[in-house]
Amino acid sequence: MTGFLIQGVSVLGAAPSDLVLRDGFVVSAPDGTEDVVDGSGLVALPGLVDLHTHLREPGREDAETVETGSRAAALGGYTAVFAMANTSPVADTAGVVEQVWRLGREAGLVDVQPIGAVTVGLAGKQLAELGAMATSAAGVRIFSDDGFCVADPRLMRRALEYVKAFDGIIAQHAEEPRLTEGAQMHEGEVSTRLGLTGWPAVAEEAIIARDVLLAEHVGSRLHVCHVSTAGSVEVLRQAKARGVRVTAEVTPHHLLLTDELAASYDPVFKVNPPLRTAADVAALRQALVDGVIDVVATDHAPHAVEDKECEWAYARPGMLGLETALSIVLSVLGERWDLIADRMSRTPARIAGLDGHGTDLAVGSPANLTLVDPSARRVVDPAELASRSRNTPYTGTTLPGRIVATFLRGEPTVLDGKAVK
Amino acid sequence: MIKHLRSAADLDLATATLILDTAGEMAALAGREVKKLPTLRGRTVVNLFYEDSTRTRISFEAAAKRLSADVINFSAKGSSVSKGESLKDTALTLQAMGADAVVIRHSASGAPHRLASWVDGSVINAGDGTHEHPTQALLDAYTMRSRLGRLAGLRVAIVGDVLHSRVARSNVLLLTTLGAHVTLVGPPTLVPRDIAAALSPATKVSYDLDSVLPDMDVVMMLRVQTERMQDSYFPSAREYSRRYGLDLARMRKLPEHAIVMHPGPMNRGMEIAPEVADSSRSTIVEQVANGVSARMAVLYLLLGGKA
Amino acid sequence: MASPRADTTSKIILGESDLHRVVDRIAHQILEKTSGATGTVLLGIPTRGVPLAQRLAARIHAFEGIDVPVGSLDITLYRDDLRLHATRALGKTELPGGGIDGRRVILVDDVLFSGRTVRAALDALNDVGRPSSVQLAVLVDRGHRQLPIRADYVGKNIPTAVSESVRVSLLEVDGLDEVKLTGGDK
Repeated sequence: MTGFLIQGVSVLGAAPSDLVLRDGFVVSAPDGTEDVVDGSGLVALPGLVDLHTHLREPGREDAETVETGSRAAALGGYTAVFAMANTSPVADTAGVVEQVWRLGREAGLVDVQPIGAVTVGLAGKQLAELGAMATSAAGVRIFSDDGFCVADPRLMRRALEYVKAFDGIIAQHAEEPRLTEGAQMHEGEVSTRLGLTGWPAVAEEAIIARDVLLAEHVGSRLHVCHVSTAGSVEVLRQAKARGVRVTAEVTPHHLLLTDELAASYDPVFKVNPPLRTAADVAALRQALVDGVIDVVATDHAPHAVEDKECEWAYARPGMLGLETALSIVLSVLGERWDLIADRMSRTPARIAGLDGHGTDLAVGSPANLTLVDPSARRVVDPAELASRSRNTPYTGTTLPGRIVATFLRGEPTVLDGKAVK
Repeated sequence: MIKHLRSAADLDLATATLILDTAGEMAALAGREVKKLPTLRGRTVVNLFYEDSTRTRISFEAAAKRLSADVINFSAKGSSVSKGESLKDTALTLQAMGADAVVIRHSASGAPHRLASWVDGSVINAGDGTHEHPTQALLDAYTMRSRLGRLAGLRVAIVGDVLHSRVARSNVLLLTTLGAHVTLVGPPTLVPRDIAAALSPATKVSYDLDSVLPDMDVVMMLRVQTERMQDSYFPSAREYSRRYGLDLARMRKLPEHAIVMHPGPMNRGMEIAPEVADSSRSTIVEQVANGVSARMAVLYLLLGGKA
Repeated sequence: MASPRADTTSKIILGESDLHRVVDRIAHQILEKTSGATGTVLLGIPTRGVPLAQRLAARIHAFEGIDVPVGSLDITLYRDDLRLHATRALGKTELPGGGIDGRRVILVDDVLFSGRTVRAALDALNDVGRPSSVQLAVLVDRGHRQLPIRADYVGKNIPTAVSESVRVSLLEVDGLDEVKLTGGDK
């Protein structure tokens, strides 16, 4: 195992210093055998952790595989990603989650942590074998029917209670399905003008309000996926003030993009929950800074060309995120490195109970980290992305920051801005 | 001249007026024995219809043929998205065939916008989902101008299922451009609360048809589909008709000169009483005839010059 | 360098009184050649052919007290050069009461040049009726015909270079009466 000496790197924006990685850990001093990496001008962050990734394998390997998604993650500065359960077959058994987990380990680019489905087949009728998934090799702790809401309040209550036995957490896709039948985009002026069926903010807010009350009632933890509205932020703020054990995530695109983009009818801007208004974007940014929203999660959702180059209503919702997330957060928060580390690494790792990630780069810590060049600018070209899909909403946009290197347990997964394998 | 007609918002006052004036000339030509003009000889117009609409397709077909364009009818209805060819592949086929204009009718809002990004020719929206139907608005405006002599300052009520109506959206946009004042009327479930902000801030909204009628020059009744009942937009056809249907008693509340319009097809007895539909105030038959003239004008103005 | 619009390269061919005299002459010729303009209809080609036709009718009335029906015939939709230019707005086609069937139609235009406008007018005429005969009256014939077409009544023949242009102004349209020759290589 080679060691690495990263010279003159700024850890979380501090004065430049050397960082030595050996045997998977940060160590105090070089022994002269290390490969040298020039860290001047670079900022070191603990490896990023994404609580919300769609890797599409098994089932839609034409859109993404565990391997291509892992590469995209590493290039985005991630060392761990949580793979959503809405694959085909659905990750609702120990067998499927173990398969995904094993594919992740084989790819060896990031730690792929499978999320288990809450209900069998994501159908919202019957609990999946949550315990079996928890005790499988994959060690599942997060359960989600993401893509669908666990809409049945009784089932949601049971799920929240049941996972307490193994310190699990339910990650809710908050969308009241009766209020969003046929919904295509945020309900508001733009949807009215474009004649696209609206997805009202209240459909998200009503579920979050219900679920924080349920979580409070049964004393369980709740995680809310991709919060997208100012009203949701208010519900969460009040719940947290009352001491409810709720955490929440926001996606990079909901921190930047608005529903006006739908005016082109280009489904690359179709996503669920939909892009909202500028007022929502402002509230989400503030909530992320305040800590009402705990983490940034990508909701990286690759889609094959034919699922996006079509009519808006027929397109699948979702956009790529892994390779642009840090740049978006940088442009939204600025170079507040400690805050970024908190929202993109420490807190997501803590919510997921993921050991070995999200720890600061002190001597003795696991060597999971990424090096960022904050002064670099790049123009997003979908053809250059490592993801198998091309559905980035940022085509042609100039974004700040570039991932120069990523290390997973002391081994480089990205060097000189290129994936090592 | 504009290249595509995807939305009534593509038309500014000068262009909209030019189309209406041209439609007037086309209408005059329609009265003579030889109706055909050589104008678009050698040009190809494709009618790409993903939804059944015989009346609109025939109207476009007649318009194109009177201008001597070659017309290809491409009925894509029934080819489901999963089984059939994608819109993009169809677009590339039409492109290879050298279509100078594609007239598209589609159940998905925005399909004409997508199509325009894949073909070189002009794209004309013949109705897309619950979005727009700009040539319907043009023929409606033409009909109003013919009957009432002007558009600026006209007071127009559009009544019914505004939420799902592409006719309403295009009419609000076009009529506002032309200086008319639009009031949208219907149950609150079917008139989106942000419709004015979305389309034109001067648009008024009312839930009370009776109070609106005495001030109107034009009342346009929208088709209301009875299946909206199942989705609880209103309790029953009977209640809808009682509150928002135009019957003889309500028609009498209109000023003497006011006209009654309907884009068709009508639900007689639902949004409009048969005696109203057949009255001398009704322009429903004229609207059909004017449709051909308005579409000829659009085809001529989009295709009659240098590409 | 002078702007291309500068009057240094333009020359007045007909002034106001010349123009009126020329219109009078054409009116006399029509009366002569048609034996008193009976069974005759004047159809102006928009834009400037229409006021010219009206003037001819007025002069004929002044000279002989005869009312010659006047109409207009727009030829835009029959042009063979539509694709060479931006889309043109349409002019009016208004046939006089009684139509043109069995009558002598005199087409009236301001300038005869390539002959393509007249060719289009003949096509348009064909679609609106069947006159017994068709004649052509123009204010100016500037030569350079591209089709076998000639005028029956010519106000003035003006030899021109192809690069020059003849600009007819009429009071009804332009606010003054004159004919100008502009442009050219020299």
